[in-house]
Amino acid sequence: MSSERQSKIRNFSIIAHIDHGKSTLADRLIQKSGLLTEREMQDQILDNMELERERGITIKAQAVRLIYKNKDGEEYTLNLIDTPGHVDFNYEVSRSLAACDGAVLVVDAAQGVEAQTLANVYLAFDNDLEVLPVINKIDLPSAEPDRVKKEIEDVIGLDAQNAPLISAKADINIEEVFDRIISDIPAPEGDEKAPLKALIFDSFYDSYKGVIVFMRIFDGTVKKGDKIRFMATKKEFEVVEVGVFGPGTFIPSDDLKAGDVGYLTASIKNVRDTRIGDTVTTVNNPVKEPLAGYKKVNSMVYCGIFPADGSKYQDLRDALEKLQLNDAALKFDAETSAALGFGFRCGFLGLLHLEIIQERLEREYNLDLITTAPSVIYKIYLTNGEVMELSNPNDMPDPTTILKMEEPIVKAEIILPSEYIGSIMELCQQRRGEYVGMEYIEQTRAVLTYNMPLNEIIYDFFDVLKSRSRGYASFDYELKGYSPSKLVKLDMMVNREAVDALSFIVHESSAVERGRKMAEKLKKEIPRHLFEIPIQAAIGNKIIARETVSAMRKDVLAKCYGGDITRKKKLLEKQKEGKKRMRQIGSVELPQSAFMSVLKLDEE
Amino acid sequence: MEDKKLSIYIHIPFCAAKCLYCDFLSFQGAEQYFERYKNALIREIESFKNPEKYNVCTIFFGGGTPSVFPPEFFYEICNALYKKFNISSDLELSVEANPGTLSEDILNNFMLCGVNRLSIGAQSFDDKILKIIGRIHTSSVFFKSFELIRRKGFDNVNIDLMFSLPFQSLSCWESTLKTAVELEPEHISAYSLIIEENTPIYGLYKNGSLDLPDERTDREMYYAAKDILKSSGYEHYEISNFAKEGFRSKHNTVYWKREEYIGFGLGAASFLNGFRFKNTDNMELYLDGCAYEQIEKIKDRDAYSEFIFLGLRMMEGISISEFENCFGISIFENYSSQIENLIKQGLLVMDKDRLYLTERGIDVSNSVFVEFL
Repeated sequence: MSSERQSKIRNFSIIAHIDHGKSTLADRLIQKSGLLTEREMQDQILDNMELERERGITIKAQAVRLIYKNKDGEEYTLNLIDTPGHVDFNYEVSRSLAACDGAVLVVDAAQGVEAQTLANVYLAFDNDLEVLPVINKIDLPSAEPDRVKKEIEDVIGLDAQNAPLISAKADINIEEVFDRIISDIPAPEGDEKAPLKALIFDSFYDSYKGVIVFMRIFDGTVKKGDKIRFMATKKEFEVVEVGVFGPGTFIPSDDLKAGDVGYLTASIKNVRDTRIGDTVTTVNNPVKEPLAGYKKVNSMVYCGIFPADGSKYQDLRDALEKLQLNDAALKFDAETSAALGFGFRCGFLGLLHLEIIQERLEREYNLDLITTAPSVIYKIYLTNGEVMELSNPNDMPDPTTILKMEEPIVKAEIILPSEYIGSIMELCQQRRGEYVGMEYIEQTRAVLTYNMPLNEIIYDFFDVLKSRSRGYASFDYELKGYSPSKLVKLDMMVNREAVDALSFIVHESSAVERGRKMAEKLKKEIPRHLFEIPIQAAIGNKIIARETVSAMRKDVLAKCYGGDITRKKKLLEKQKEGKKRMRQIGSVELPQSAFMSVLKLDEE
Repeated sequence: MEDKKLSIYIHIPFCAAKCLYCDFLSFQGAEQYFERYKNALIREIESFKNPEKYNVCTIFFGGGTPSVFPPEFFYEICNALYKKFNISSDLELSVEANPGTLSEDILNNFMLCGVNRLSIGAQSFDDKILKIIGRIHTSSVFFKSFELIRRKGFDNVNIDLMFSLPFQSLSCWESTLKTAVELEPEHISAYSLIIEENTPIYGLYKNGSLDLPDERTDREMYYAAKDILKSSGYEHYEISNFAKEGFRSKHNTVYWKREEYIGFGLGAASFLNGFRFKNTDNMELYLDGCAYEQIEKIKDRDAYSEFIFLGLRMMEGISISEFENCFGISIFENYSSQIENLIKQGLLVMDKDRLYLTERGIDVSNSVFVEFL
């Protein structure tokens, strides 16, 4: 039963497929709740990182408290907990949802149900949330709300007949969303006198306050001066401040009670002490059992990240450490490559996570990077009975010591217009996908399900999927498990020297094809030298593909530009500058683009 | 005090028509500037400080096409130079000229002004190719001009030729060379076409409408030039230059040997007292009397590399002892590993006191020079 105080609180999330208007609706709710002036209103206030805005996705969950007065003049506190929209951040989505009592499901009135709509709804159901469907963008000429309602009912099994028809962008029917949140989403429950039990759903590093812990209080009360304990990490701190989330600011309060959503600070130096999903309790009166839920997040994808300019190694380390403060899922360890020098082996939740980190390093920290081909984690069973996990191809043991190898398999769901089914099935088969099933959502759209090796997805699957379906296919995956596989390590040799940064692990059946493509690509990337350069792809000692960069015949300026020696000197200096940016492999100079180009082999 | 040697370059940035491959600083149809330009040049010459310290050994009128400049203006400029500077008794006074712009009057005037070397841009004797690269003359016009030049008594004449031209075959180039040899000029320059950005030909090249000889053919053309010209009594003395005995270009040799020169005119470059500087290439600014735009003090290290990359353009290469006399430091102090590597790669030869490029070293000379920067 909710108390009188709790009956005026609603804790909810907004979930949606990317671009269906989640952030726009959030902005609109914030604006309508009257907490912000027009001037304070940035376009998309929840996405406050520059990068997030540009990519149109929300990376880190955040929260905001809205004050809403309904028609009867009753004031409600609505805590909106924002969730990342992408599957890579599945775990964070799940924790954010666990902090809520309900979710607003935004579905685009033209696009209908998509892969991430499904994935997010399933997560909401897993967390026993009340899901309130809302059909957005009804002002679009292509809007088909009736069709989309039916889709929601057929595919998800949710009653959508009374779903509010809105346009967050055009400010149509937003009041109904507020009313329905209050009427449909249950008020929180919990005993404010019981031992403290609060769920951490996010954290944020602030250079003045230290880590700011975002949490939902399920039982008990927390206030300044309380000694608290994080149950998974067993770290103890004294609370310095508690409060709630104003729009873009933190508003300190006296205490937080069961049903509330808010933050605490406690001079915590390290984000890793405050793991998402962990339970906060007090030291003096601890709860016996933590909330179900803390699980360690595992990296699924690894790659090497190196500074293009070797002298920036320390800068790269500093940048990674700073990013890690706010992103506990990012992992990195020092790595040394003969070709690329000093850098880091980094672990990510998925491909998108990798791309975001890479972009943030380049953009926010102004680093010029070289990344190596992404790898998954393989399990290697050795003849001596040991099992090792391999995330760096260069750590691959001698094949004669390997009993068997296993690779991660994901269940991939692809929603697409039926006209592209043939082409996408072919793609999935090429990528060693195992057909699981196909279901029609409506006459012209279907869900294709495949079990696929993750290592076939991490190169460029998403790009190819998009181009083959003219952008209409949406895609989601989840780790299913490991299965035995015939894998080999492919080495690229330039002028007979193996380039460690170009090695990767590939299924036996596609090794020759991939080796050939890599050799072709490298041939295009390596400038001609004064001597001939063989490029070879090799498995062990066996050469499976070969290309040759012929020797340069001519590099001469006929004219000396009259007396303008400076012009000639500048030309030579430019040539030298180009050489300096190259990576030296024996006597061959490899441009940095060579390392990056092999990441996208199927482009043409 | 002994006079210092000095060379003078005069830039005449005007042409009857701009060739499609040309990225030199030059304008066509700019007659309205002629007089003001002449005045600005004379003003610049007259403002030169301490001319008495120098003895001028070479003067070179380049362009553009100096032969399009009105004879009376040309005369005034020469006059200004002779008034200002001490002139060496063996002065080499060269003028670049294009066939079709040479009349009896112009040549008479050159003779009057003391011009004793002419450099004629023939480029090719194939009329189809001449047209494609935007030259205004035909081969028969060239032959007439050349005959006139000889008749007027010019006995030190260079013919500029180009290879690696669009639609040019090796045999076509060989016959161009043979024709040039039959004319018996004292000097022949053979330049490989460089497609520069910001030229009309670059656009044609980019959109693929130029059939250019490949690199292999380019090199075969170069080797053909060496074979044919050497066997006809021309000495190959610089990457692109060939001369009968005693007829090397004294002026260009100044550049290659890092001797001093002063450039007058729009965008003209100078090297004096350890500084390299360059005039503005903005015509209006220049006419208003604004000259220097870039100035660079050559640091020791830059001087070393200039000495090497300019000197190695000459077939005789550089002298190890001369380097040491010049800079008070052995060339091996800074470059021993480079020299060793280049010799190992067969690009450079060390023969007693001299270092020079091999045939292969010439073909890839930029790669060699870069090592010395």
